[in-house]
Parts: sequence; C-alpha cells; structure tokens
Amino acid sequence: MTVELHHYLILSSILFVLGIIGIISRKNSIGILMGIELVMNACGINFVAFSKYIASDFSGQIFALFIFVIAAAEVVVALAIVLRIYQNKATIDIEEVKDLKC
Amino acid sequence: MLDPFIVKLFPTLDPMLVIISAILFSPLVGFVIQFFMGEKLFRKGDWVSLGAIFISWVLTLFLFSDFVHSQNAHFKWVMSWPWIALPSFSLGMGILLDSTTILMLLVITTVSFLVHLYSTGYMQGDPRYSRFFAYLSFFSFSMIGLVLSDNLFALYVFWELVGLSSYLLIGFWFEKPSAANASKKAFIVTRVGDVGMFIGILIIFFQTNGLLKFEDIFSFLSKSSFNGEFLGLSLLTLAGLCIFMGAVGKSAQFPLHIWLPDAMEGPTPVSALIHAATMVAAGVYLVTRMFPFFTPEALTCIAYVGAFTAIFSATMALTHNDIKKVLAYSTVSQLGYMMMGLGVGATIAGFFHLVTHAAFKACLFLCSGSVIHALHTQDLREMGGLRKKMPITFVTMLIATLAISGVPLFSGFVSKDMILGGTLSFVSNHPNHFLIPIFGFSAAALTAFYMFRLIFMTFFGTARDSKKFEHAHESPFNMTLPLIILSLSSFAIVFTPLHFWIEQEEIPENIHHLATVLSLFVAGSGILLSYLMYMKKVLNPDTLAQRFKYIYNTLIHLYWIDELYEWAILNNVVRLNNLLAHFDNRVIDQVMVDGWAPVTIQTSRGSGNFDNRVIDELLVDGTGQMVGASGKQTVKIQTGKVQQYILVGLGSVCVLLILLTLIL
Repeated sequence: MTVELHHYLILSSILFVLGIIGIISRKNSIGILMGIELVMNACGINFVAFSKYIASDFSGQIFALFIFVIAAAEVVVALAIVLRIYQNKATIDIEEVKDLKC
Repeated sequence: MLDPFIVKLFPTLDPMLVIISAILFSPLVGFVIQFFMGEKLFRKGDWVSLGAIFISWVLTLFLFSDFVHSQNAHFKWVMSWPWIALPSFSLGMGILLDSTTILMLLVITTVSFLVHLYSTGYMQGDPRYSRFFAYLSFFSFSMIGLVLSDNLFALYVFWELVGLSSYLLIGFWFEKPSAANASKKAFIVTRVGDVGMFIGILIIFFQTNGLLKFEDIFSFLSKSSFNGEFLGLSLLTLAGLCIFMGAVGKSAQFPLHIWLPDAMEGPTPVSALIHAATMVAAGVYLVTRMFPFFTPEALTCIAYVGAFTAIFSATMALTHNDIKKVLAYSTVSQLGYMMMGLGVGATIAGFFHLVTHAAFKACLFLCSGSVIHALHTQDLREMGGLRKKMPITFVTMLIATLAISGVPLFSGFVSKDMILGGTLSFVSNHPNHFLIPIFGFSAAALTAFYMFRLIFMTFFGTARDSKKFEHAHESPFNMTLPLIILSLSSFAIVFTPLHFWIEQEEIPENIHHLATVLSLFVAGSGILLSYLMYMKKVLNPDTLAQRFKYIYNTLIHLYWIDELYEWAILNNVVRLNNLLAHFDNRVIDQVMVDGWAPVTIQTSRGSGNFDNRVIDELLVDGTGQMVGASGKQTVKIQTGKVQQYILVGLGSVCVLLILLTLIL
C-alpha cells in the first residue's frame, strides 16, 4: 500500500482537530499551548505533503521550517507569560486570569 | 483798503474771498468755542462771541468803505463752486456780494455787535449766560450766510438756520411756559410760510431745469418763461407768490403776523437783533433779491399785503400796554411798509427803509430793554416820569422815536418819504390801486401816534408805580453805548455817503413834494393827537375807550386773529389728533400690537412643546436610549473567554462549510 496525499491530509486533520479540542476544552494554560503546537504541526504536515505531491519546488518544506521557528519563539514568549502569571496568581488556570476583563 | 495787507498774508487767495470768509466764519468759530467750553472761560466766554462779531463788523466796515469810495451802485462780486454734481442735476454754492448784500452785512454785523455788547450788561447773572452768547453767535453766522448766498437753495438752508436760532432764543427762558409756547408758535407759524417758499423753489427748479442761482434764474427769464397755469394764475406769478409766502412767514406779514408779538417773550436784546432789525427783515431781503423774478400781478399782491399789514398792525399797536408788544406791532407795521415799497416797485426805498428801520428799531428795543432792566416790568401803566432818572435812555429813545415817526432830519423820514412817494407815483400810473397810499399814509399817522404815546407814558408825567420808580437807575455803560451809537445812526445825515446808491431810484419831482408834505402832515397830526391825549389830557383815552368799546375790544384782542386760528385750525387739528390717537390706542395698540401677543405666546408654546417632546425627548434622547439598550444587550456576548470565541468561530466555520457543500 502506497502512501498517498490524502493519507497525509487525514493525519493532519486528526492532529488539527485534536489540537482544537485541546485549545477549547483545556483549563490549563500549558495544555492550551500544547494544543496550539498540535494545530501548527498539522499545518506543517499539510505544507510538506502538498509540497511533495503537487508543487515542483521546495517552498512548502521551507514554510514548514519557518513554522518550527515561529512555534519555538511563540512557546518561549507564551511560557514566559505563563510563568509570570503563575508567580502572580499561584495558578495557571485560564478561567482565573481575567484581570483585563472589564 | 485792506487788500494789500491780506495779499501779503494769503498770497494765493483772492483777498475778497478771505475777507468774506472771515466775516462769515468768525461768528461760527465763536459759536463752537462758546458752545463747548464757554462755561469754563474767563467771564463765561462772552468776549469770544463779542470778539468774533467784532471781527466781522470791522471787516464789513472795510467792505462798506470800499463800496462808498467806489461810488458804484452796481458793484458786484461773485464766486461760486459746484457742490453736488450729479448727471441729472447739480447744485452750486457761492457768494454773491453786491450793494444789497453789503448793506445787509452792515446792518447785521453792526446791530449784532451792539446787541452782543448790550447783552453783556443785560444778561448779567443769567444762569445760561454763555449759552446765550453761543446762540447769538450762531444767529449772526446764519444771518450773514443768508445774505451772502448766491442761490435759492443755500438761502433756504440759512433761512431755516435763522429760524432755528430764533426758536432757540425766543425760548431761551424756557422755564416760563409762555416763552416755550411762543418759541413753538414762532417756529410753526414761520414753517407755514417756509413750506410755500419751498414749493416756490421747487417750481423754479423744475421749470428752469435745475437753475437755482439768482443770476441764472433772471437770465433764464430774460430769454424764456415758465409754461403752465394754475387756478388762473400763470406759473411764474404763482412761483413768485410762493416765494413771497416764505417772506410773509419770516417778516410776519398778514396773515402770518401772529408769531412776532409772542416772540417778545425772548430776552430783549434778542428782540432787538432778531425780531426787529435782522431776521424779520430777511423776508424783505428775499423779495429785494428776487425782485426781477416777480410778475406785476405778484408785485401788486405784495404791495397789498404790505400795505394792509402796515395799517392793520399799526392799529393793534394803539391800545397795547406792553412796551415790547407795542414795539413788536410797530415792527410788523414797518415791515409791511417795506413790503409795500417793494410791491409798488420802489425797491431802493423799501430796502433803504429796512436799513434805517434796523437802526432805530434796534435802538427802540434796546431802550425798552434798558427801561425793563431798570423797572422789572414791561407794563406801560407802571412806568412814567423816567426822563430824569434815565437821561441817556430817554434821549436815545426819543431820537429813535422821532426817526420812526418820520420827522425831518431823521433817517426814518427819508426812507418813509421815499416809500410813500413810490406809492403815490405807482397810483398815478395805476389809479385803481388808490388804497395802497391811503393805507400807507394812515399807517404813518398811527405810527407817530402810538410811538409818542409810548414815549409819553414811559418818560413823562408822574411815576405811576412809586416803588418801582424808586428802584429805577440808568443802565451801565456797556448798555448805554449801543443806545448812543444806534441813536446817532438814526440821523439822516449818517446816510449821506449812500446818496449815490439811493439816487438810482427817481421819483417825479411834483409827486415827491406831495409825498413830503402829506407825510409831514400825517406825522405831525399823529404826534399832536398823542400829545393832546397823553400829555395835556384834553382827550381822555379811557373815556374814548369806553365810548368806542366795541372797537377798543377788537383792538385789544388783536382782531381775534389768534382766536380765529385757534378755532378754525388748531381745534380741528387737535380733534383730528385725538381721533388719530384714539385709533392708535384702540386699533393699532390694542388690536394689532396687543392682539399679536397671545398669538405669539401660543405659537411659541406650541413650538416649545414640539421641541421638548418630539425633538428632545423622542429624537435626541430616544436615539441615546436605543443605543444604550442595544449596547446592554450585546455586551452579554462579550464574555472575555477566548475559548468560547474560538468555539463559536469554529462552529461558524463548520456551519459555513456544511452550507457550502450543500449549495455546491
């Protein structure tokens, strides 16, 4: 059985949905961040898959590399914010962080 | 005489123009200074006005001496410049200086200067002393302007200005209701004549296509005439009569003579200056100036009005006991004389009488002022025996009286004689008009009679009011000096330098002799009758008054002319006024003005309600409330929970996708 494009797409869809479910349902900030990582990686799989099966150049794979970098940067900033929230509130429950809400 | 000096001062200007401007404007400058800061100046500033008129007087004397030296009766100096220049018409302003103007200037400035001088004594201590001199200066300016004007329009302007100053000065003691009323009466009655004069000016203006200069009018008439007729009179005659109406008002001729006796409510120097010598003579001056303009019909009318006024007001002077009123009627009578002289064509005679009359009548008024000043009464019945107490006043007044009565050697004799001679020669050509000289001679007799009655009652006999008599004293020097100067100029000999001017008018020898004899006779009989009645008491005036009660009452009531006017005109005007006032109160005020108020209130109330309810509450506030309410509702979906947002967003995307797939 050869691996076709739609197999990749199914895989990335499953990952994407799992990530979204993580984002929506988790109360833990770290869990939400992990969901975001899943969504981004599902994206990256799509880029690479399309690059391999449709495009004639490597632009999709280069985009996947960019996504890694952005994800890394984002995690750095986000974890720093989470750390500060924890230091201030002694919790990282997203429901508890509503100081900016009017 | 003065020319080289002035040329040196003002090398670029015509010396004559400089002199005339100085004569005209120095009283105006005096007026302005006096009016605005007279109170603060030394002696309340009377020296400003006095100095201003003194300048005018001295310069006029120079002009006059030049005129006499030239021996040229037809001397003329004109200068005019455009004033209002429009495409459709133009008006000019200018100066006309001829023998008439020079003589008028001489009369005005001399009498005015002497009256100024006299007033420094007479008005001493008056609370509005400086204001009085301001008005006198203003009058002098207006009067000088009047005689210098070279066109009817400018003359009319100054004509109204002298009317204004006359009004101000008659009502000078306006605290007295009689003075306030007299000033109003003078202003309104003369206005009746002025309206006529203005109509006359307009007729001339439209008939000559805008010529108002005297010379232009005359040269127009020498080439063409006015076309048109009105009420059977040619338009030219009518225009002349309209112009004459102005003179009737100003010179107090019948039937507009009623204001002049009342004008005696003003201070006596004013009566002497304005209501005897100068302003009232303006009418005579106007007729003289416009003489070539009048048609024979108009002149006959003038002669009759003058003759009738002369005799009519002379009779009114017979019975009056107020010293100033007697003189006022005498002035009216003498003005009638002048008009009569002009009307019969004796222009020089009529105008010469104006000049001589100005001197002796001003003297008479100032003398009466001196008497009033001493006794504080104007009633002849409270005077008497003042001859010893006031010798200067007595002698000067006697001289002036001799002059006005027409006694030889005095100026009045010469001018009166010329007028009467003029009437006689007129009648010898037009026998139908025999009434004119009859009126003239009888007026002369009456004049002599009532003037000597005045003298006898004032200065002879015994004092009738001893308390007032004790108080009496001769007036100070600044009051007697004008009297002396004016009485000296009542001598005929003073006027000899003017011989060359008088001689322009020739009266046939035999008629002249007849006039002289007749006038001597009537004057003598008048004086004699007066002497018999008031000195010798051969005829008792009181019993005469009793016997001719009806006539006496008529005279005392001045022929009921005032009552007639009051009944015929004033009452109707007042009635009409009341009617109009009623209409104004009821209809205009109550119905229209007051009626509008409720309408306005209701309208504004309605519009206010609309504004409050609809605009404010419904539209403005309603919008706000609607926005607020909708905001309150929509704020509920803003939970601030990102996960919810994402869920909703994702759900929406799913729905959209499902819809898309269904549609495609």
